[in-house]
Amino acid sequence: MNSESSVYKLMEVCGTHTMAIARAGIRQLLPQNVRLISGPGCPVCVTDQSELDAVLDLSMEKDVIIAGYGDMLRVPGSTRGDSLARRKSLGARVEIVFSPVDAIGIAQREPDKQVVFLGIGFETTAPGTAMAVKLAKERGVENFSVLCLLKRVEPVLRGLAKDPDFDIDGFLCPGHVAVITGADSFGFIPRELGLPAVVSGFEPEDLIRSCSMLLSQIREGRAELENQYKRAVTSEGNLLALKTMEEVLEPSDCRFRGMGTVPLGGFSIKPEYRKFDAKARFGLEYKDVPEPAGCRCGLVIQGKIEPAGCPLFGRVCTPADPVGPCMVSSEGSCAAAYKYSWEE
Amino acid sequence: MEDIITLDYGSGGKKTSSLIEETILPLLGNPALDELGDGAVVEGAEKLVFSTDSFVVSPYFFPGGDIGKLSVCGTVNDVAMQGGIPKYLSLGLIIEEGLPAEHLKRIIGSVSRTAEEAGVRVVTGDTKVVEKGMGDGIFINTSGIGVLACPGLSPKNIRPGDKVIVSGTIGDHGTAVMLARNPDLVKGDLKSDCKPLNRLAQALYGLGEDLRVLRDPTRGGVATTLCEFVQGSGNCVILDESALPVSPKVMSACDILGLDPLYCANEGKLLAVVAPERAADALALLKDIPGGEDAAVIGEITDAHPGKVLVKTRFGALRILAKLAGAQLPRIC
Repeated sequence: MNSESSVYKLMEVCGTHTMAIARAGIRQLLPQNVRLISGPGCPVCVTDQSELDAVLDLSMEKDVIIAGYGDMLRVPGSTRGDSLARRKSLGARVEIVFSPVDAIGIAQREPDKQVVFLGIGFETTAPGTAMAVKLAKERGVENFSVLCLLKRVEPVLRGLAKDPDFDIDGFLCPGHVAVITGADSFGFIPRELGLPAVVSGFEPEDLIRSCSMLLSQIREGRAELENQYKRAVTSEGNLLALKTMEEVLEPSDCRFRGMGTVPLGGFSIKPEYRKFDAKARFGLEYKDVPEPAGCRCGLVIQGKIEPAGCPLFGRVCTPADPVGPCMVSSEGSCAAAYKYSWEE
Repeated sequence: MEDIITLDYGSGGKKTSSLIEETILPLLGNPALDELGDGAVVEGAEKLVFSTDSFVVSPYFFPGGDIGKLSVCGTVNDVAMQGGIPKYLSLGLIIEEGLPAEHLKRIIGSVSRTAEEAGVRVVTGDTKVVEKGMGDGIFINTSGIGVLACPGLSPKNIRPGDKVIVSGTIGDHGTAVMLARNPDLVKGDLKSDCKPLNRLAQALYGLGEDLRVLRDPTRGGVATTLCEFVQGSGNCVILDESALPVSPKVMSACDILGLDPLYCANEGKLLAVVAPERAADALALLKDIPGGEDAAVIGEITDAHPGKVLVKTRFGALRILAKLAGAQLPRIC
């Protein structure tokens, strides 16, 4: 490293990393001049407010059942306090599922209802979502559809790096995404952005080792892709999962909370499977809405400020009464900071 | 009795009597209850502990227990944590019409067995039947009366240097119920720890003033109870992560579901804060009683960070534990 006084900023992209780092207290264990910055890898946090509003409206339609992962339940819409949890109390049918295939099961059990699965996540959950669409088609489950809000990691990282304020010295790459896409899918980071990248596992030991690998690269002036999570991640990824994704999904421009539209930053359902696309089925439109006053989730997601840098953090915005999505998701940077840190 | 409970069983007439006489009394009968008066006349004491709790668990049968067992344990444990030796229970049933009579019998059978295990008697009760769709099979309320045996238990007694003890593995009930609700997700034989704690508690009463406070960490888990112990005080809890007893099955289920065992409900564990010089005695007392074999000292009270609960991680870092905000929700990936 250049000198002891330099500050090195490493970005962990994945929300599960953010949570694991906070839980093990890794920030306290690192040298003072090494900072871990949370990136845009919490799928709930990057879901745009306009999309959430559309989901909330849809939940109130007669005979519609919204099925989704538990994290989505408390994410506020553009009206403070409004969420799927609240809509549920008002009579909406909202079911927590662990897999999109469970949502197909609900649709089969309740054929006179429309079951809409909220397809949230990065490449980690995309194959499962794609598989569910395929299964629904094969089984002829006509009352099942997916609201595809899936995101892609690479375009959003490229987007971050283009920002004039971008100031990161290395990336901890998301191990779960890499299980699907392969370690090589992060090769663009050293190759095109000129930065060190390490694909990391999720145990505290994994994360400490990965930080050490990144710091070694920085000290030695290298910018390479290294795979710390070899026990789960291969170079080429899960080919079957990738094939399923390619069959059902195609990259498309996508809104990210606080970042606007990221070119090809998400997935949408291919025309062949349009019948199962909830956006088309219900004619959903996403209306632009301003971010809640004072909420800095957009900047937090881009790693530009830390949670405590938001004027609402811990005062107006808490996990019990969140303003922005970073506070509500269990993997959100603000929720992690609120829940686990105490003197940072 | 018919094979399902219909609204008629809540009418207050013949069918109500048949439900009580055929299902309740054979299993729970005792001189005070058999009178079937508007209330029970029971032996008194100078100081009583009185507590009430309502039970709405879904599903009402779960691995390791059912709503009947839970409804006895919940109230017995609340009385015991307050220093009372539980004696009498009331049992209020709110039944949704359509409940299979067989299920009701199984549930009342559990009430009976658990009451016997805890040494308490059900002496008064009530039954209502609500229309289909107005309940979730069955809801139960129990109230309990105990004789005060260990007065003064309170978080106010806690002082720096005291030790925090848990009577066994944590998070078993919360994870077992979560899995029972989602049987397709994770196959596993997790069981609720649902259990009367009065015998464990009574063993500790002998410590006198060296026993500062007792609490059973139900909803919100160990973390939330410890927060309640120190909030607004000058005390701080430092938990030792590596000393927390968590069964490997619960740990794996929590990892998959994105839950933290420290926030998962327990229904058969107690937390005790005791004077440091009596911690070894307290452990020995607990370990001697069934259900206390895995008791462990999990932390210490200090005045380092007033009002806070901190965990020393395996790596020596400290992280904070806040109260649970809302229900624990399974996460995305």
